[in-house]
Amino acid sequence: MTAWVGTAIDAVYVVAVIAFILGLKAMSSPETARRGIVYAGMAMLAAVAATVFSPGLSNFTLIALGVIVGGGIGWYWARIVQMTAMPQMVAIFNGMGGGAAAAIAAVVLLSSIGNTAEASLSVAGAVIGSVSIAGSVIAFLKLQGWMRSKPIVLPARQPVNLAVLVVGVAFGIYSVARLDTVFLLPFFLLLLLYGVLLTLPIGGADMPVIISLFNALTGIAVALDGFALVNGALGDAGYGMVIAGVLVGAAGSLLTVLMARAMNRSIGNVIFGAFGATEETGVELQGSLKPIQVEDAAVMMAYANQVIIAPGYGMAVAQAQQPVKELADLLESKGVTVKFAIHPVAGRMPGHMNVLLAEAGVDYDKLLDRDEVNPEFAHTDVVLVIGANDVVNPAARRVGSPLQGMPILDVDQAKNVIVIKRGQGKGFAGIENDLFYKDNCRMLYGDAQQVVGKLVQALKRS
Amino acid sequence: MTADLWTALFIAILAAFVGYEVISRVPVLLHTPLMSGSNFIHGIVLAGAIVALGIATTPLEQAVGLVAVIMGAMNVTGGYAVTVRILAMFDRTKRKGGAT
Repeated sequence: MTAWVGTAIDAVYVVAVIAFILGLKAMSSPETARRGIVYAGMAMLAAVAATVFSPGLSNFTLIALGVIVGGGIGWYWARIVQMTAMPQMVAIFNGMGGGAAAAIAAVVLLSSIGNTAEASLSVAGAVIGSVSIAGSVIAFLKLQGWMRSKPIVLPARQPVNLAVLVVGVAFGIYSVARLDTVFLLPFFLLLLLYGVLLTLPIGGADMPVIISLFNALTGIAVALDGFALVNGALGDAGYGMVIAGVLVGAAGSLLTVLMARAMNRSIGNVIFGAFGATEETGVELQGSLKPIQVEDAAVMMAYANQVIIAPGYGMAVAQAQQPVKELADLLESKGVTVKFAIHPVAGRMPGHMNVLLAEAGVDYDKLLDRDEVNPEFAHTDVVLVIGANDVVNPAARRVGSPLQGMPILDVDQAKNVIVIKRGQGKGFAGIENDLFYKDNCRMLYGDAQQVVGKLVQALKRS
Repeated sequence: MTADLWTALFIAILAAFVGYEVISRVPVLLHTPLMSGSNFIHGIVLAGAIVALGIATTPLEQAVGLVAVIMGAMNVTGGYAVTVRILAMFDRTKRKGGAT
């Protein structure tokens, strides 16, 4: 082993870190984002390849096997999956990162538990990594529909969860203090259990916050592993892991805070509140639900000056983005101005609606953020709400409502509102939607894809 | 703590501020690629996993190390492929069916 190899590895990592930072920075504009990620990808490839030449490594056959199997599955899965399944894909790939971080910590603990500094850092990395993989897998199962997406609330949830966490961490600390690897198994099992218990009570509409939180956690777990490896086998290149992990931890934390703020709730309330498990009772709403026929709705939109479309998770479920794009094009060909109102937490991951509409070919200049679009509603003739509920619920302005204070899309200020909705049920939060009972609101029941398709047909005939 | 760990701590603090600054101006439009892209970047965990498997000696360490490498490799390739696919949607020149 010559010294220049180590220097070369470190140099590759320095370049890689620069590419990671610039790659993330490039995300601030759609024009540069793609180039940024490609450069970051090349840097990642170089860093991983250089790592193989680190001094003192063996088991190269196993390493090659793992990279080929894991890399192949990840690549293939990410290529074939439907765009509508993106939230669960992001969740599961993030979980894999957390699991890898926990497994690295396990190897370090098994092989060098005698080094207290390394072992303590690995325990911390293992705690966060285990919670991240277990939580991400539950989030994946919920988003994939293989598990009930409503909050699952177990009895004595808070004390039980806390006990599992405390006992689990105690096993970890005991292992390091006593240099005994026997207790590592209960340590890992309890922390995985904690990740499961933590995520079970979190419902579908809170997924944007929780996916982004687990992303930040995985970043921190990776950084802690990097800390532990700087002293050990990875050497100075471990700083690269620290920087990349902390970078993601900071970026992910900021995104988590933005998502929670978009619902006017604290992160603590999202994680521990089991929001949506109970339904609001005792509120009598004035008015009635007024259905409308497809033909009437089509005419109403065709003769409008401006139509704003406010999509929600219902559009994603029904895969209605393509017909929605057709509808928008058709309206524009009739001289109607069409815009889209995007609430930050509409859907199941940050930016979910933007991705779906971009996939359908809607120009992103027409996708307006809540703050941009809210002043527009007062002079808009028709707002078409597609499968959105809580994010357009004026109950958020009512004192005492569970949604109180949540910044919403002010669609009720438009002259007419048409709501496409699957059935008469309540939104995720289990709260009656005041909007549906307003005089200017009409209900169009049915599957979003079919209903929008019928609207397109009706517009073509008119 | 050794000098190396102190150095790592100083670096971590600076990196946290860089992470915050770099993404604080990302528009809502790009929140998904930002999340997915940062998901890809913590795929550097694969490097740590390779080292962990590389230093493993007992069969148990090797098995756990192999799990780390498989998961890390899934994170890095899956995260990259998902991000590139999502960003392709926002590409005005190559987008399918996109009239601009």
